[in-house]
Amino acid sequence: MGTYNTSEFKSGLKIMFDNSPCTIVENEFVRPGKGPAFSRVKIRNLKTGRVIDKTFKSGETVEAADVMETDMSYLYSDGEFWHFMDDETFEQVSGDKTAVGDAAKWIKEQDKCTVTLWNGSPLLVAAPNFVELAVADTDPGLKGDTSGGGGKPATLETGAVVRVPLFVQIGEVIKVDTRTGEYSARVKS
Amino acid sequence: MAKQGTTPWPPTCSAALLHKRAELYQTIRTFFVEKSVLEVDTPVLSSAASCDVNLDSFSTKLMKNAQSERLLYLQTSPEFAMKRLLASGSGSIYQIAKSFRQGESGRFHNPEFTLLEWYRVGFAVADLIEEMVELLMLCFNENLAFRTVTYQQLFQQHTGINPHETSQEALMQYATAQGNPEAASICGDSVSNGLDYVFSQYIQPGLKKNLVYFVIDYPACMAMLAKLSNTTPQKAKRFEVYFNSVELANGYEELTDSVEQKNRFSDELRERKKEGLDGVPMDQNLLAALEEGLPQCSGVALGLDRLLMLMTASKSIDDVMAFPIDRA
Repeated sequence: MGTYNTSEFKSGLKIMFDNSPCTIVENEFVRPGKGPAFSRVKIRNLKTGRVIDKTFKSGETVEAADVMETDMSYLYSDGEFWHFMDDETFEQVSGDKTAVGDAAKWIKEQDKCTVTLWNGSPLLVAAPNFVELAVADTDPGLKGDTSGGGGKPATLETGAVVRVPLFVQIGEVIKVDTRTGEYSARVKS
Repeated sequence: MAKQGTTPWPPTCSAALLHKRAELYQTIRTFFVEKSVLEVDTPVLSSAASCDVNLDSFSTKLMKNAQSERLLYLQTSPEFAMKRLLASGSGSIYQIAKSFRQGESGRFHNPEFTLLEWYRVGFAVADLIEEMVELLMLCFNENLAFRTVTYQQLFQQHTGINPHETSQEALMQYATAQGNPEAASICGDSVSNGLDYVFSQYIQPGLKKNLVYFVIDYPACMAMLAKLSNTTPQKAKRFEVYFNSVELANGYEELTDSVEQKNRFSDELRERKKEGLDGVPMDQNLLAALEEGLPQCSGVALGLDRLLMLMTASKSIDDVMAFPIDRA
């Protein structure tokens, strides 16, 4: 991989910092009073998600991080690794629990995920914003309740637990917003 | 043929901003006419450049003929030429001047920008600050709250450090404690660099909104082209203006001593050499003018692009310029 000069800094740029792949969240050129110019940068560590404030001397170079986001299909999990495939190249990659994180409880086979690859390996996996999953278990609701006032917990086919309206029954398919983990709608079959 | 639709030819600022800029220039010109300050026009090109280690000048060549060419620099500010006019007896003068600095690009910077620079014969720093308040109130068309505060007061209030007595080690320790151990590599061993870093990182962003700060009495090591006081410790008769955390202007009671000026240039050139930077010719015309005699005066440079940003609450300098460097 190449390097980037501070003059090339902009948000979204992927760089190596402290031996970790990071993305630049914000960059501001600063030339204080009559002092030396520098870049004031907010960077997010892509492994930990932590955002830190750093300064770089103007003209300094940093190593570029070989990080790219690709859309991939989720194939299956063997319990230890989750396997994904690039639909165009048919190339397959596998990521561990750390990389898959929360996405594990939302995705099922054939779902299209956004996989962030670092040196070719999954660093982060983002589930689709909305997934449709069948309800595996929930208490039987009260007949006639269609508003879904209080709600009840429901276990989905992937094992995730979400609050659903009282009228949702076992076997029905619901739409969930994976960013909030909230019930969004019932899917008519 | 280039695709017409993708060539970024239009201006980045709105038509309203073009008008706003024109109005601002009109306000400035009327203001100075009423005060009998003369508008001048000095060349952008010069045989000499600023020796300042943190300023990088553009250069170009004048072709006289195939065998002879002359290296010329684009001004980083109109200061040197204007001081030659002052030494020639021009009296108080002002100029709206294009200025150029390599490598300065960002939300508040464009390599080519516009300065309002003015010099008042017989003025001390306090007189110039008073005049500047008057001008700013006209520009913003409202009563602005303003405060004059010493560099030391601000520095001590925010960091507990006395800027006149501190060391580079102490400043870098402070930066490290704030999570910026890399400050040392940015500032080197220069105390003035360290002070500028700490000020811009930990003090400037925390300044109160909607209040114009006139920061006065700089440490002697940050004198630049300012006179020094006869106090102990010595202080530079320099001021900077901050508004909504934006650095807006820098002014001095001007150094008139040609020997002292030459020494400062020589120090700066030595510093440039140490940093591995290109040497630049010091302005012999300015030194000769100072030798002839610069009247006691104060001068200030105010960034008009930034002033426009503040007047219109614009997020980026691109929003107030017709064609920033990417479209130049």
